[in-house]
Formats: sequence, C-alpha cells, structure tokens
Amino acid sequence: MRETFPLFPQEASTLAPRVDALYFYLIAVTIFFSLLIALSILYFAIKYRRRSESELPHGVEGSLKLEIAWSVIPLLITFSFFIWGASIFFAMNRPPSDAIEISVVAKQWMWKFQHADGQREINELHVPLGQAVKLTMASEDVIHSFYVPAFRMKRDVLPGKVATYWFEATRPGRYHLFCAEYCGTKHSGMIGWVEVMDPVDFQSWLAGGTGSESLASAGAKLFAQHACNTCHRPDSLARGPNLEGLFGKKVQLQDGRTIVADESYIRESIVMPNAKTVAGFQPIMPTFQGLISEEGLLQLVAYVKSLSKAAPSPEGVAPPLSKSRGQTPQGSAPASVQEPPRSEAKK
Amino acid sequence: MSAVTAPPAVDLPAEPRVNYLNSTYGLKSWLLTRDHKRIALLYLASVTVFFFLGGLFAVLIRLELLTPAGDLVQSETYNKLFTMHGVVMVFFFLIPAIPAVLGNFLIPMMIGAKDLAFPRLNLLSWYIYVGGGLFTLWSIVHGGVDTGWTFYTPYSTTYSNSHVIVTAVGIFITGFSSILTGLNFIVTIHTMRAPGLTWFRLPLFVWSHYATSLIMVLGTPVIAVTILMVGVERLFHLGIFDPRLGGDPILFQHLFWFYSHPAVYIMVLPAMGVVSELVTTFSRKNIFGYKFVAFSSMAIAVLSFLVWGHHMFVSGQSVYAGLIFSILSFLVAIPSAVKVFNWTATMYKGSISYRTPMLYAFGFIGLFTIGGLTGMFLAAIGLDVHVHDTYFIVAHFHYIMVGGTIMAYMGGIHYWWPKISGKLYPEGWARFSALVIFVGFNLTFFPQFILGYLGMPRRYHAYPEEFQVLNVMSSAGASILGVGYVVPLIYLIWSMRYGKAASANPWGSTGLEWDTPSPPPTENFAVTPVVTGDPYQYSPEEVEVVG
Amino acid sequence: MADTAASAAPTGHAGSRDLQHHFDSMEQQRDASSLGMWVFLVTEILFFGGLFLAYTVYRSRYPLAFAEASRHLDITLGTFNTAVLIISSLTMALAVYSAALGRRKAIILFLLATMALGGTFLGVKAVEYTHKFHDHLVPGAGFRFPGPDARPAEIFFSLYFTMTGLHAAHMIIGIGLLTVLVLQARKGRYGPGYYTPVEVSGLYWHFVDIVWIFLFPLLYLIGRHLH
Repeated sequence: MRETFPLFPQEASTLAPRVDALYFYLIAVTIFFSLLIALSILYFAIKYRRRSESELPHGVEGSLKLEIAWSVIPLLITFSFFIWGASIFFAMNRPPSDAIEISVVAKQWMWKFQHADGQREINELHVPLGQAVKLTMASEDVIHSFYVPAFRMKRDVLPGKVATYWFEATRPGRYHLFCAEYCGTKHSGMIGWVEVMDPVDFQSWLAGGTGSESLASAGAKLFAQHACNTCHRPDSLARGPNLEGLFGKKVQLQDGRTIVADESYIRESIVMPNAKTVAGFQPIMPTFQGLISEEGLLQLVAYVKSLSKAAPSPEGVAPPLSKSRGQTPQGSAPASVQEPPRSEAKK
Repeated sequence: MSAVTAPPAVDLPAEPRVNYLNSTYGLKSWLLTRDHKRIALLYLASVTVFFFLGGLFAVLIRLELLTPAGDLVQSETYNKLFTMHGVVMVFFFLIPAIPAVLGNFLIPMMIGAKDLAFPRLNLLSWYIYVGGGLFTLWSIVHGGVDTGWTFYTPYSTTYSNSHVIVTAVGIFITGFSSILTGLNFIVTIHTMRAPGLTWFRLPLFVWSHYATSLIMVLGTPVIAVTILMVGVERLFHLGIFDPRLGGDPILFQHLFWFYSHPAVYIMVLPAMGVVSELVTTFSRKNIFGYKFVAFSSMAIAVLSFLVWGHHMFVSGQSVYAGLIFSILSFLVAIPSAVKVFNWTATMYKGSISYRTPMLYAFGFIGLFTIGGLTGMFLAAIGLDVHVHDTYFIVAHFHYIMVGGTIMAYMGGIHYWWPKISGKLYPEGWARFSALVIFVGFNLTFFPQFILGYLGMPRRYHAYPEEFQVLNVMSSAGASILGVGYVVPLIYLIWSMRYGKAASANPWGSTGLEWDTPSPPPTENFAVTPVVTGDPYQYSPEEVEVVG
Repeated sequence: MADTAASAAPTGHAGSRDLQHHFDSMEQQRDASSLGMWVFLVTEILFFGGLFLAYTVYRSRYPLAFAEASRHLDITLGTFNTAVLIISSLTMALAVYSAALGRRKAIILFLLATMALGGTFLGVKAVEYTHKFHDHLVPGAGFRFPGPDARPAEIFFSLYFTMTGLHAAHMIIGIGLLTVLVLQARKGRYGPGYYTPVEVSGLYWHFVDIVWIFLFPLLYLIGRHLH
C-alpha cells in the first residue's frame, strides 16, 4: 500500500480531502505569485540590464493606483484563504453527536488508549471505518501532541487539562501516529499506528478483548473506592453537588461565574476542587491530586458523563454505560455552546 | 559632492590615510572603543563565530538525518543539537546580525551624524551580548540544553535534565543587548538627523531599522521576564506554569510567543531595509513607492504584536481566539507583499547591474516571496492543524530566515564591504558563492515542504523509512550550502589584506555614507552635512509617474 | 542623492565640557538623554507587564484563593512602605529641582534623603520576607498554607516574591544610581546648564515608585473589604 518514496500522504478521513483542496488552492496561488515576481524580475533584469557604466535611467516615481491594487487584491485573496481555513477548523472542532468515545492518556513516551467498553491498547489504536470517533485526551507529564497525518488532524495533549478531538476514518488501513510536540528524549519514539477496520471486523476485535470493564464502570469503582458518594449523593446528607445529569449543564459558581460542566471541569474539580466552588456549597472537598492517575481521572469523567445518559437507579448511583452507542452530549465544545439539559435530576 | 554616475574603478595609491581602522592601535583601543564603526566590527566578529557554531550543529543534525534510524548520536544529544542550533542562530546570530553590524555601522552615517546617541551604551550592549553568549557557551560545553529553543513548560521547568537555567540566563542577558541597541537607534534617529533630513528623506534602511527598534524595545522585555519566570520556577520550585500547582503551561506559550513572533520581524525587517538599498543602487533608480515601503515597515512592526496565537492553533486556545489570530496573520502579510511589489517595480526601466549584492537581492526577493506565501498556508487555520510542528514549518521559517535574512545580510556585507574595509571583494568568487548558496539552500529546504505535508514531525531524531529519500536530498543540499558560506569567509578575510583598494563610492550610489572616504574617518563627517533633497535621486531630470 | 552643501553648521561646543563630541549642541544632547530614558522606561513597563499579565490570568481564575492569600501579607508594613516611597519621590523631585538651580548642598541633601527612604523601603521588605519565611509561605518544598486553597495560594506567593523581588532589584539599582549622583554632585557637576543625569535618574526613580503603586493594591489589598 505504501510506496518507498511517497510525495503525498494518503487521505483517510472525512476532513482530509477538504484540507487537501485548500492546500492545492494555496499552492496554485503561491505558484502564480512566485512566478509573477520571479518572471518579472527576470524580465526586467534582462531587458533593463546595465549596458554602460554611465547610463542613467528615467525616474519612475510611483503610482497610487498600483499600490492600492496590489494591496487590496492580495487582501481579498487572503480573505478567501481565511474563510476556507476557518470553515474547516469549525468542522474540526464540532464532533458529531454520535461519535464513539475513546480516552487517551499520553505520557513520556507512549500512548495509552482505552475504549468506552474498557478495551485497552498501547501505541496502537483500532477504530472502525465510517464512524465518528471522539478522543478525550490528557497527559500525565509534559505537553504531547496526537497527530495522524493521514487524517490531517492534530491536537496538543496537555497536563492538567482535557483535550478533545474527533475524526471519521474513510479508508481501511494502517496509518502513522506521531507525537508532534517535543516532549523529551524519546519524542521521536513516541509513535504508533491507527488501525482502521471494517466495522464488522472492529466489533469482533472489540468483543475478542479480555473483557476488561468499560471506562464508566471503572470510573464507578473509583467513585466508590474513594468514597465520593459520601458527599455527592442525591439526598439531604449531600455536602457536594449531585452529579446526576450534571454533565453538559450550566453551573453557577460561588464567585458569580457560570460555566458549563464539561470534561475539563469534571477533571479539575477532582484535582483542584476549590478552583470552582459551586454556589451554595462549602469549599470542603479534599483534593485527589496524586491519588488518582490520569487514566483514573478520565475513567471518572466517563462515569460522570454516564450519569447524564441513564435514569438514576434506586441506590443513587447510575449504572455503567452500556456498549450500545447512545446519545452523547456535546460537552467538549467551548462554554458558549449549550446543550439543553435532558434529565430532571436535581443539582 | 557625490557622483551620480560611478567613477571608473581606479587603483588608488597606497598612501596612508587616517581612518577609523588605523587611527588608534592596540587591543584596548578596540575593546574600549566608543566608535560605532569599531563596535560594528566587534559584533561582526562575534556574530560570525556564533553563525558557524550554529551551522556546525546544523551539519550534525543533517548528518544524523541521512538515515531513518537514530544512529549517529544518541537521542538526548540530538535533542540538544537542534535546541542549541535554534538558540544560537536565533538569539546570537539572526537577531543581532544586521542591526548590530550593518545598523551600527551605517545609521549614524546615513543620517549625517558622528556617532549614535549613546556610544558607551553601544559598547556596553556588545559586552552584554558577549556575556550572554559566554553563559550559553558554558552551557553548550557542559552538555547543552534539550528543551527546544521554545522552552515549552512543563518540560523546561520540571522535566528536563539539562542546563536550562544557565542557557536561560544567557538569553536573558543577551536580550538587554537587543534592548539597548534598539533604544540607541530610536533616540539617534529622532534627535540626531542632519539639518534638512526630514523623516521622509531618510533612506529606507533607516526606516526599517527604526521599526525594528520599536519591536526590540517593546517585545524583548516580555521574553526577558518570561525566561525569568521559567528560571525562578525551575530553581526555586515556584509554581507559575506548573499544572500540578494549578499553573497553566499555555500561559507560558502566550508570553513566549508574544515576543517570539515579533522577534521574527526583528530578524526580517532589517533585511528588507538592506534590500531596499541594494535594489535602488543596482537599478540606479529611485525606489518605487517610497512612502508605501516606509509605512509598510511600521505596519509590520505594529501588526507583528497581534498575531502570536498562530503558533498555538492546536494548543487548546479557544476557537474564536484562533480565528482572530488567523485573520490578523493574513493581514500582516500584506505590507510585506507591498514591499516585494515595490522592489520589483523599482527595477522597471532601471539600469540593472548583476554585481554580487544585487544577486543576493534577487535571491532574497524570490525566496522571501516563497517563504512568505507559505506563511499563508499556516495562517489558514484549518490547514495549519495538519502542518503545525512538522517539517513544513521548518521549511517555511528557513526560507525566510536563511533564504531571506541571511541572503540580505550577505548582500549587505558585500555592498558595504568597500566602505567598511576600504577594499573590494573578489567579484568572481563572490558571484560563485552566491550561486552555490542559492542552489544549496533550495535543495536543502524545498524537500522539507514535502516532508512536512507528508507528516514528518519536527525535532525527530529517527523517522519512518519512507521519508529517507527526501531527507537525503535535504542533507545533500546542506553540504552544498555550507560550502557557500565558508567561501565568503575566506575571501572576505583575504580581501582585508590583499583586496583592491576601494574608492569612496565604487557603486555610484546615493546616500550620505558614500560621501565619506572608504574607510571613513572616525568622526564620519568633518562638518555635519545639510540635506536638501530626497534619497535615491539618481535621475535629476523629469520623472515618469506610472498609471 | 540628497544634495549636501558644504555645511555652515558649526560644531563648536557651547563652551561646556559637558557636551559630548558626537552631539552638535547641548540641547540635542539633553533631548537625546531624555528620550533615551523614556524609551528605557517603556521597556520596563513591558518587562513588568509580563508579570502583571500572569497575575491577572491567575487572579481571574482563582479569585477567592488570591484574596485569602493576600490577607497573609502585612498591610501595615505595606502601607508604611508605600508612604515611604511616595515621600522618596518627593525628595527626588526636590533633588532635581535643586540641581536645576545649582544648589549643591540641597542636591546632596535631597539625594541622600531619597536614598535613605529607599533603604528603609528595602529594610522593611527584608523584614516582610523574613516573616514569610518563618510562616512557611515561601513557595517550594517548605510551603504550608492553611486552608483548602494551598495550590493557587502558592501561585500567588510565587508571583508576590517574583514581582516584589524584581521591584526591589530595581530599587537597589536606583540607589546605586543615586550614589553616583551624590559623588558627582559633591564635585559641583550639576547646575542650570547641565543637570540631565539627575533629571533622568529622577524619571527612573519615579517609575520604580509607580510600579510599587500598582503592586501594592494588587498584592496587599485584594478582598480586604470582605473582612
């Protein structure tokens, strides 16, 4: 499939052809202007070459019309670049609502993946063809960057924050995965593969896994293990906000701000609880920084997300996310994008 | 007083004549000089040393990249090589080179002054530069730094095991050299212009250095304090960028790029000023659109401060911030385009000479155009996502820094060599080198555009096999490029002793600096000149206005 | 080329040994010195600006933690220091005034007073720093902050020490400058025809004072009204 000397990367995602089309447009304009300048200079240099040391050409002072023309026309052309680029970027930042979710933890110098149903992988990510995939990513140490050239997508993976990205693969195959933000000694070794499989093959691959539990149920276990439900409960003994139906909703904070409960907020609330204390509650939540790994944090995030998808069970703890793909709230967009709350659970 | 046509090249008698080079002798007279011209030569020597040091690192990098495996040096060493290549080239060569060598030498002369406003501060700024350089050299000798010249946190503050603090101190110190140079230029240009020399009679070289100085003075302090914060965090375990303390590594990126983007215009604006001088002299014509070229320098200086976020499109800043930086980044390209068009139009109906400085000017215009246009690819945010942190970026900035700035630097050095040294360089060898540089440069860096779009990330010690052919091409080009730089070093030094003596104005150029002997006396002008006309007046008779 | 005439511009000195050889007149020299100091002060604004930006970002992110941490600073000493600096700016302005009038004794008196006030400021800061050290509020391994917001508080204190430390370094340099001025004033160097060094040093001193005027409320006075 790969030549020994490729000059152009394969297109393997829905966005790749759009990016390539813009690229070719830019190349065309670049060639046009480069040739225009180069040939003009060549022409002038030859036609007006100095034939004697004492020759003195006419002055040619300037031309307001030309100056305006060659300022305005390039400006308009750059607007076209901007609009096209912006439109692609918007698409890159709006994951479809039916995307399957995979969590990614980057650390020096490897990529750790965990599928929603619990299947884990290291440095090699299996995804289904023709299905939107949303990655929820965090770093355990320094800044890394998740880059798949064939998808034309890249996103920096940060410590202390959650980054999200999505793609939909359009060609089966095996594609390079690179870390694209310098991260230390083995930066160039922090590479792997994304394996795009036929959906049927993907399902059997998933099923053939060692039956590890789903992200959300692992998160539920951590929730119980760290006694989170001591304070986060739906009854009157609650000392913290109820987490059911929380994900994706607006939250009013003690200092008057209003934010949306997205992945970053959930993660931050575990490691730095008093950064955003919810209005009406005391800032008494202890921090779990150092007590829970990045993976664990992403599992807890997945668990809290799952509390917004299923009806609350009598024990006050929602059941884990099932394997079938249900509606996923668009909680990863910036705070200005709103998803109307779908559950009536009290906060 | 100055000839408008070039006098025939004549071998001048070897009479001893007192000039700035021979007026006093001895090491002390050079190390304690206040003469801006001698200080320029002190800078010339030091930036040349750093250039070849940075070049040595580049040679090792390209040797390693001949093969896909990391087999020449260890990963840690490779990471240090690209870091030191960047640090040395950016802070110790590209930022000071044209301003501190050519700017220092020429600005007083171009405005009819005897020196800069603050000659002692000028000398101090050289010592500060050398001091910062010594810190960095110490760090290199003791194993170097491996954070990348961009020092991203938390790698640089918490994880790197290399000499981050010493290097940071070196850069911090050298930053003050830049600030003082900029300050000196601003005050000089404001207060010491000769009588009759209004702003719009200034040579464009002066305009571009004025704009550069504004950036130096406003931007450099920000990186200084950013480096200070990194050093303080690393040394005292304070938490400013440390996410474990709730700090934000992205804040570092904002602060870093707030300087480092304008910094690239510190590197290219002086080069553009040189090109304006070369194109007018070697077309023997007034610049087309003087005011537009002058104002474009100022526009670039202002806009350069508004675009830093385009280095951070994939780092997690908000979508809307990204869009704003994208549109502003397109805007900052327009004044540069205006310059390119004006330079080209200057050649229309000119009298074009192919002397070496003009060859470098041609090279600059062509390669800067390509480099600048590839910047459009990066400003288009949806496309930048794919090519960010790949060899596409590496190719883009080398086209501008090497294909642009270094070519203009070489052009300027050759153009003003007779004035600086009193000697002519050998034209044949000079043209040969210019050609070698042009070919070597394109062979080195053009394949990198292709590599980048293919997805080869930058700062990679080892890479997948299918990228090897392009890497080999690039390394082959680098070996040619290296030759192109070594040859001028040899013949320029040779010419100082054995070159033909130069007349006051071997190129028949306008400009106050050509009104003095070559080399000039220490005080430049015996009496302060009075300026009564515009610059670049090659054709005193009636002037055609186009369209 | 720009036509030049064999110029009639005299380069004679204004009779003053203070005119440096590369300037054409005392006025030009004065303009240059003054502009030079103003440009330098602009760079200083940008220099401190980076720290103010970091402060702004983190304060807006952790407003309650910052307010809590700010209460651990000694507002009495801070206010005292603010008064000390404002008075020192007065004495500095009087020194410049005296220099313009050529009153040698007054120049020295006011310069020394400014230096003494500056030294007082630094002494008080040293006392404050020592207190913070004993209270375990110096960021790093020994940092202990009572209350739930230890981590943002550590950021606050990191910024506190960096910003006031940088300010103190500028004060020390300022006192050094004033020392040089005192030594020169003793030799009778300054008078109506030439007092530029005193003037530009005054600009520098006032600038350092103004930085403190910003630092004081931003560091010491957050959330005081809440108590």
